[in-house]
Amino acid sequence: MTARYDGRAVWSDASFEIPVGSFTAVLGPNGSGKTTLLRMVLGQLGPSSGSLQVFGRPPRRGDATIGYVPQRSDFDPELSIGGRDFVHLGLDGHRWGIDLFGKVDHGAIDAALEAVGAAVYAEKSIGRLSGGEQQRLLLAQALVGDPRLLLMDEPLSYLDVRNQATIVQLISDVARRRNLTVVLIAHDVNPLLRHVDSVVYVAAGRVAMGKPEDIITSERLTEIYGAPVEVIRDSRGRVFVVGLEEEIAHPHA
Amino acid sequence: MREGALVLTIANPTPSWNPLDDLAMLFHYDFMVHAFQAGTIVAIVAGAIGYFVVLRGSSFAAHALSHIGFAGAAGAVVLGLSPVLGLLAFTLGSGSVIGALGSRLRGRDVTIGIVLAWTLGLGVLFISLYTGYATEAYALLFGEILGISVRDVLVTLIAGAITLAALVFVYRPLLFSSVDEELASARGVPVTALSIAFMAILAVAVTEAVQVVGVLLIFALIVTPAAIAIRFTCHPPYAIGIGVGLALLFTWLGLAIAYFSPHPVSFFITSLAFFTYLGVRISEPLRRLLV
Repeated sequence: MTARYDGRAVWSDASFEIPVGSFTAVLGPNGSGKTTLLRMVLGQLGPSSGSLQVFGRPPRRGDATIGYVPQRSDFDPELSIGGRDFVHLGLDGHRWGIDLFGKVDHGAIDAALEAVGAAVYAEKSIGRLSGGEQQRLLLAQALVGDPRLLLMDEPLSYLDVRNQATIVQLISDVARRRNLTVVLIAHDVNPLLRHVDSVVYVAAGRVAMGKPEDIITSERLTEIYGAPVEVIRDSRGRVFVVGLEEEIAHPHA
Repeated sequence: MREGALVLTIANPTPSWNPLDDLAMLFHYDFMVHAFQAGTIVAIVAGAIGYFVVLRGSSFAAHALSHIGFAGAAGAVVLGLSPVLGLLAFTLGSGSVIGALGSRLRGRDVTIGIVLAWTLGLGVLFISLYTGYATEAYALLFGEILGISVRDVLVTLIAGAITLAALVFVYRPLLFSSVDEELASARGVPVTALSIAFMAILAVAVTEAVQVVGVLLIFALIVTPAAIAIRFTCHPPYAIGIGVGLALLFTWLGLAIAYFSPHPVSFFITSLAFFTYLGVRISEPLRRLLV
């Protein structure tokens, strides 16, 4: 597969398969085309060559088998919508008209709120909640339609370290319980290392997939970037990628 | 306004402070009955659509729409057409363009401001070209609810019904895309088309509301009630209900007070809205202490 964005080839010669029920992290520097990949799965962009299949079918917009958590910093604090109403939108927000006969499945909304531990603040306005609480509601919104695939674009970026660990654990638990396939874009692989089955590394126009211990090595990353890159592991097993100009400023994988 | 002002100076009613007598007096004249009918329809529509205006952060767009509409109305008067036609044409046209600019675009307000300034200049030109009474322009700017005919009430009713029906039809996807455009788009909601449709619905609502409060005072019925409502609840149907209720209250009370006073209705409606908003904002820290 090759992806183009604004007429420019973002990456090419990508070929990989993500097994059903696995937890995959998409890694790589900014602007390498991670979100482009996600948009292709959502059916918002097509590959410029090659083909992509989601559960054996070409991607289409509004696919109910996909639960999506977009990249965001924070909700506007003035945004006045209750957590429960927000999750509700994940269920029937795409349907026309009003829910005249109250057909909405309140059980599904309750279950999604319970699954992410957000039931306690579901009646509060989403704009007034903390980043971690907002992230849980975004996750509940993605889960409420009972999807098979959970796509998340940098859900950890704006959280502190403790919240990152909690959210990753939560995603991992929910995925196992509901037999979900998870594809998650991340900037830093460390909070994910103990949970992911595989990583897709997008960099320098190339896409590589494999187990994290196979991909995040000095040899493989040097090969992907086409420039000398070193992977350093500290005593607690955390990995740091060094050797790239932009990565020195942001020492994350 | 002309008819109303005339009747008011002749009748010069004073309240008896007997509610039944005062109500009977209020509805004694046809112009007051029509004013209440049109005001009620406009308040319901304005209160409902106002919720989405506030939620989408489109207050400035709503404001601009009414001002741009003024140029259209003034132009129609120059051409000898009904000002409502010109108003509707300009609000619909500019509304569609604003909608197409997208609801979250950073440069949008700048673009709107530039177009707004030019159309206001255009409006000034049209007024200067019009050699007749300036009252027509005055009515557009500040509303002429006391000069509404049976036919006007009927037109308002039909336009109001269409606006509400359209709003009901787009309710869920509009709410979804107002809260999070990116998410709504991923779920297959046509966000740009919806943004244009919303501005078109708003254009019709603005055109209706102009009759009651005028171009300059439109905020009082569209934005203020909804802005108050969302401070009480974050549950959309309740917020819409409170917004409609407040818009009705401001309109009815404003009409009733103006009837017994020599001052214009628009002043009372806007003042009621403003001071209610002020009171709610001031009492907020107090309520937080008590709860």
